[in-house]
Amino acid sequence: MIRFEHVGKSFAGAIAIDDLSLSIAPGEFVVLIGRSGAGKSTALKMINRLVEHDRGRILFAGDEIRKFKPEELRLRMGYAIQSIGLFPHWTVEQNVAAVPDLLGWPKARIRDRVTELLELLGLAPAQFRSRYPHELSGGQQQRVGVARALAGDPDVLLMDEPFGSLDPVTRDALQREIARIHGTSGKTIVLVTHDIDEALRLATRIALLDHGRLVQVGTPREILERPADDFVTGFVGKGEIGIKLLGLETVAPYVRPGAVAPGESIAATATLREALSTFVARRVDRLAVVDADGRPLGALSLADLVKGRG
Amino acid sequence: MRLVGNRVLLTLVAAGALAAWALPFLTRAPNRLVTGVGIRLAQLADPWAGVLLLPAVLLACGIVLPQSRRTLVIVAIAATLLLGGLVWLAGAQAASLAAAAPPAARISLGGGFWLLALCAWLAAVDAIERLRVSPAARTLAGIAVLMPVVALAAAGELAALSLAREYAGRRDVFATALVQHVAIVAAALLPTVSIGVPLGIAAFRRARWRGPVFAVLNAIETVPSLALFGLLLTPLALLASALPGLREAGVGGIGVAPTVLALTLYSLLPVVRGTVAGLTQVPQSAVEAATGMGMSAGRIFRKIEWPLAFPVLLAGVRIAAVQAVGLTVVAALIGAGGLGALVFQGLASSALDLVLLGVAPVIALSVAVDAGFRLLARRRVPVSA
Repeated sequence: MIRFEHVGKSFAGAIAIDDLSLSIAPGEFVVLIGRSGAGKSTALKMINRLVEHDRGRILFAGDEIRKFKPEELRLRMGYAIQSIGLFPHWTVEQNVAAVPDLLGWPKARIRDRVTELLELLGLAPAQFRSRYPHELSGGQQQRVGVARALAGDPDVLLMDEPFGSLDPVTRDALQREIARIHGTSGKTIVLVTHDIDEALRLATRIALLDHGRLVQVGTPREILERPADDFVTGFVGKGEIGIKLLGLETVAPYVRPGAVAPGESIAATATLREALSTFVARRVDRLAVVDADGRPLGALSLADLVKGRG
Repeated sequence: MRLVGNRVLLTLVAAGALAAWALPFLTRAPNRLVTGVGIRLAQLADPWAGVLLLPAVLLACGIVLPQSRRTLVIVAIAATLLLGGLVWLAGAQAASLAAAAPPAARISLGGGFWLLALCAWLAAVDAIERLRVSPAARTLAGIAVLMPVVALAAAGELAALSLAREYAGRRDVFATALVQHVAIVAAALLPTVSIGVPLGIAAFRRARWRGPVFAVLNAIETVPSLALFGLLLTPLALLASALPGLREAGVGGIGVAPTVLALTLYSLLPVVRGTVAGLTQVPQSAVEAATGMGMSAGRIFRKIEWPLAFPVLLAGVRIAAVQAVGLTVVAALIGAGGLGALVFQGLASSALDLVLLGVAPVIALSVAVDAGFRLLARRRVPVSA
């Protein structure tokens, strides 16, 4: 879907991106991560030509992106940013309808699309569609921002630290929403962040950048288990690699069916990281596990967490 | 609980009471050119004058009453009645005094009247402001406050006042001057806006232009108006003599042409500044989001930047317009006409009521222009929280 081939970019002589090659397949959720100034935002903005690359090639759907008119290219890519950038003089409905409007959709279809998206992002349409941005909380504004980015049903969704300015609870809720949207829509998503936990949680693949160079690219598990160098190890947090690995898996495959354990139960959809936290907090080594409807499935043993599967 | 609920009203009532006690309400002079003898409110021989105490006392009560909406409405109505009553009293007293005097005698409004009327008007405006109603309702209420005065004038109740007699003697001149005044302001604003707004946009887009543009406009703004008229005199006179076509069109060193030119130059600064300020406060994130979603630069300007900048831009035009209404008075000195002609004629013959006949509509015009532009700007959607 998107392919960087030896791409480079300099600003006033300073190299921002150096020989970047990365291929993003349709339906992938790629997270670009790095410290401030690592070039991750620049890389993202080169995809929709907000920043023009000056070396190498960037392909979109098989064609060099310079073959597209910038406006046409951008209409096929949703774009959400940390500062959100809602249009303050437009209602929520008008904001979300911006791209469908540009695409010239009929009125009724736009209206239905707005309703659908507001529902998808947990904003009751009747309540929110005619509000103005300043009447919304930060979290609600970012939901509208994401809805707006999705409105034109783009092939690709580009997100530049979309949850960076939100409080932890709101960020958690929105991360869950975006993971769900990715799961159900199958859209290609490229997201920039400096938060390793956000990357591990959302990404199908993580691309770690430093000083404009790609340091390592791989699945969250590969990054944690086989960090390419000390920089990667340091970035993910050397002392927390085990805990973060546990965060990648759910309880379900580790349940011993039929076994029982005393006390409150844990959901099979919880991560192993949450399970470990519960073990420690309750000072037990066995936990009862239930499914989504609260039916008992069996028990989880602390020893199995350490052993791993297989 | 605080004893004084409304300090503004306290100040106005105190100032009004002082004015009523210490300053002449009317003055009587043997003719229009000499300074008259003052007559204070307490010296008036009209038993009806006491009726005015009623709204005055109500206003005083408004100081200490809890500032509920009802109190504010009462204050607004009392102030309106007081204003109307003052004008009516002045008209009636002038009529009875004039009846007993030779025809050349003049009864003029005294300092006490002006201060009292000003206090009553401000009390009404302040109460309306505190009611926090919509801009349209506020404007309507502001007009309603002046209605009794307008009605009294229309009914001829004020005919005996010197101001009215000056007007009666110059009805046509006054109408022409008023129309001229408005026409000059409009003629200056049109080129100002059509040059100032594009100039502001250009200065916003190219930061390098901004310094020089504002340096020049600021420099123009610091030249005194009379000096600017003088500076334009020679080049325009030369231009007119070189190009007969221009001269036939009325362009010359004096008259309307240099006035419109000077007003345009003065008005450019507020308009350009308003345009740049308006565009600068458009959130950068909104422009980035609009670009990122695929809007063209033209569309971003039309749909995002322009509507968001417009209220601030309009505030710049409002300042320019109010400023031009005032500056046009001075333009009478170089033969542009307008209400300033009455003012300078009055000053030359030391007929103060004639000066007033020129100044009063200038003030009214300024207030009206200001209110009109504010109303226009507030009809827009709220932009920020």
